[in-house]
Amino acid sequence: MKANVIVFPGSNCDRDVKVALEKFQIQTTMVWHQENSMPKSDLVVLPGGFSYGDYLRCGSMASKSNIMNEVIKHADKGAYLIGICNGFQILTEAGLLPGALLRNRKLKFICKYVNILIENNSTPFTSKYKKNDKIKIPIAHNEGNYFADEKILNDLQNNEQIVLKYCDENLNINNESNPNGSCLNIAGIINKKKNVIGMMPHPERCVEDVLGGTDGSGIFQSLLS
Amino acid sequence: MKFEVFVTLKKEVLDPQGKAVENALGDIGLNTIKNIRQGKYFTLEVSETDENKASDLVKSSCEKLLANQTIENFKFNKI
Repeated sequence: MKANVIVFPGSNCDRDVKVALEKFQIQTTMVWHQENSMPKSDLVVLPGGFSYGDYLRCGSMASKSNIMNEVIKHADKGAYLIGICNGFQILTEAGLLPGALLRNRKLKFICKYVNILIENNSTPFTSKYKKNDKIKIPIAHNEGNYFADEKILNDLQNNEQIVLKYCDENLNINNESNPNGSCLNIAGIINKKKNVIGMMPHPERCVEDVLGGTDGSGIFQSLLS
Repeated sequence: MKFEVFVTLKKEVLDPQGKAVENALGDIGLNTIKNIRQGKYFTLEVSETDENKASDLVKSSCEKLLANQTIENFKFNKI
């Protein structure tokens, strides 16, 4: 399997993702955002970070970068595209996923491990998990408060597009287990075609015991199966 | 030709920053000021002499970049 990781000015999880992908024998090329073409790949990753210093709105300017024309073509062909954290924000700004990511409701940057419920395991990104599995995975964001209007939220539920939800130790999905104010405790969603996923948690930060856990591995292992 | 653009959150979108500003005003005794909503203000110049054309360009820049219409409204005026 081959992957391209898109590097924007201000990306800072790009190399972490490369290390994680290569751990799973996914051959990875870094592609600068100003390029007009990229190598053929099975997967494109929009990494975490602070593209364009989060100016205007997080991900807004990165979503208009040259390379995004190629990324959109890649997704339109049905190939895999994953946006992590700032990458998720870029996907919503590019219109590849519905909704938007707002400031965390308590206006604080949150950097910690959280419990995530696997709401949908019938996607190419989560097939190695079981439905309702609980995984422990880090988040690190200031704008992870997923917002969408009622119609979009209904569509997401009806089409099983909600993949990851914030929960507590006992799998409760409620206000207390919601770190940032996201609608329906949403931590990750997928498009209708099930080839484009956006998630606030960082799977690339938990693929080694030495880093505190390996619960993120399932995302990469799912892609390989 | 110069324009000003206002970008504001839609009324159904929570604005924790506006709320924090409101609370801070309360802390300094200005507690009769309520319902603060924070937004963005841009000024821009368009090198176009036809007002309708210039206006279309400003609208387009709002739709494509300055505002995210999932969460925000925009309006603009010539100044």
